[in-house]
Amino acid sequence: MIEVRDLTKRYPGRTAVDGISFTVGRGEVVGFLGPNGAGKSTTMRILSSFMPATSGTVRIAGFDVFHQPDEVRRRIGYMPENNPLHIDMRVRDYLKFRARLKGLGIGRSRDRVDRVIEQCGLKDVEKRIIGQLSKGYRQRVGLADALVHEPDLIILDEPTIGLDPHQLRSVRALIKELGRQHTVLLSTHILTEVEMTCSRVLILNQGRILAADRVEDLESRFSQDGRVVAEIDATPEAIREAFRDLPEVASIEIQAAAGSFQRVAITPRAGEDLRTLVFEQVRQQEWNLRELTRPRLSLEDIFIQLTQKNKGGGL
Amino acid sequence: MNVFLTLVRRELGAAFNSLTGYVVVAITLLLAGFGLMDIVERLNSDRTPSPIPEIFFADGIVFWVTLILTTPVITMRTFAAEKALGTYEALMTTPVGEWQVVLAKFTGSLAFYLLSWAPLIGVLVVLRQVTHQPQLLDPWAMCGVLTGIACIGSTFLSIGVFASSLTRSQIIAAMTSLLIGIGLWTMSLRFSQTDTTGDRLGRLMDHLSVTHHMQDFARGVIDGRALVFHLSVTFFFLFLTQRVIEMRRWK
Repeated sequence: MIEVRDLTKRYPGRTAVDGISFTVGRGEVVGFLGPNGAGKSTTMRILSSFMPATSGTVRIAGFDVFHQPDEVRRRIGYMPENNPLHIDMRVRDYLKFRARLKGLGIGRSRDRVDRVIEQCGLKDVEKRIIGQLSKGYRQRVGLADALVHEPDLIILDEPTIGLDPHQLRSVRALIKELGRQHTVLLSTHILTEVEMTCSRVLILNQGRILAADRVEDLESRFSQDGRVVAEIDATPEAIREAFRDLPEVASIEIQAAAGSFQRVAITPRAGEDLRTLVFEQVRQQEWNLRELTRPRLSLEDIFIQLTQKNKGGGL
Repeated sequence: MNVFLTLVRRELGAAFNSLTGYVVVAITLLLAGFGLMDIVERLNSDRTPSPIPEIFFADGIVFWVTLILTTPVITMRTFAAEKALGTYEALMTTPVGEWQVVLAKFTGSLAFYLLSWAPLIGVLVVLRQVTHQPQLLDPWAMCGVLTGIACIGSTFLSIGVFASSLTRSQIIAAMTSLLIGIGLWTMSLRFSQTDTTGDRLGRLMDHLSVTHHMQDFARGVIDGRALVFHLSVTFFFLFLTQRVIEMRRWK
């Protein structure tokens, strides 16, 4: 759906996007993640053929954004940063206006506007002036606009910024829903959002892609060597004794925890999942066990780790 | 074509949904009122008064002040406001052509401008009824006046649209076109008053003088050269606007 190769955008005195390449397949929901100024919006503006790249190529659905911009524009539903809308128009009129601009005929645009009003839950406000709507509703109007011409690809630049938790939840649900039928590329700097809505994530910092992977794969790639943590009611010596001779265990760390419990961190030799093994030991020794987990790094940890690499990586 | 009409409708809608639109209409009406006072005074004092269109559109400055003040206000919104709001980005990422956008913005402005003059035409018709002197308001002169309002208006509006495409600040857009408008007017006044016999440059400048054009129009003389002049200038500025947009799009 999207093929980006060596994309670079230079502004006078600043390189916003620095030779990035990535592809997005049909039907994927991909999150663009990065701190402010990482080049997310710039990349999206280039993808939506609002502005040209300094160098590199972008193809959307097989069309080059520079040479066939109108073909690309027909296939993209783009919601720019801050979701700009004509605030003096009524919801239905605005969507109809946008549908007509995107080349839909009168009858077709009426049908589609009906459809997206229903899809985005705008039925109650369709006759209201956009300027008087809450931010959550405005965001839905923006999404409805992006959808109205049935694009193959939907590009959303920070679709949930500035929403309250209720609005956030409904807009996210809507995006997730869209992901079932469309290819979606969205940008955000909220990590939970990516975890909740996206199948894949591209982490951008200072115009470069730091990581591009499925969310789960990223987490397992960056998880701490498959370490298992257990809280066991036993003396440190007994615990050490029990685990020392097991061939799967590389090292073991013990810390006192609340009560008579010990917090035990066990690192496996070859990335194995030690949870069943630990449980088996605990059962044999007839100890009490109150916690057994294999902690995963959250996307947030990975993100911080990646974007602050120069500040001494380890956690 | 359909997209074009959709865009024109939006332009007009935006003008009528904004306070600025009503301010423009108010200014036009207010100045027309002053013009009316002027006309009544002249009709009362002069033994053989000039026809009303000449008093209003050729001799007086009311028409020019109105034109120069309102056209920048009408056009400042066209591109600058959309850029400031960000809707420009939403507009330009739809498959619309640059020319469609430029022509629609211009046509919308022109339509609003002509509408803002409509009450004045009413004033003139009423005057004609009240004075019972049909020769004071000759239908041909009225046609000339309408042509003049449209032609000269187009020139000023196209300058305004161009100024608006250069910036995202409505104030800067309005000031720029105001400045160009005042420049054009004062130059025209200066050169249409000089004695132009013989001097080629002087004659040329006289042909280019917009005040001279309006004097002709107000007498009911529709001069082809003036028409061509205004159409060319309008096209020229719209062409520049299109270039600016295209350049910004692909810079």
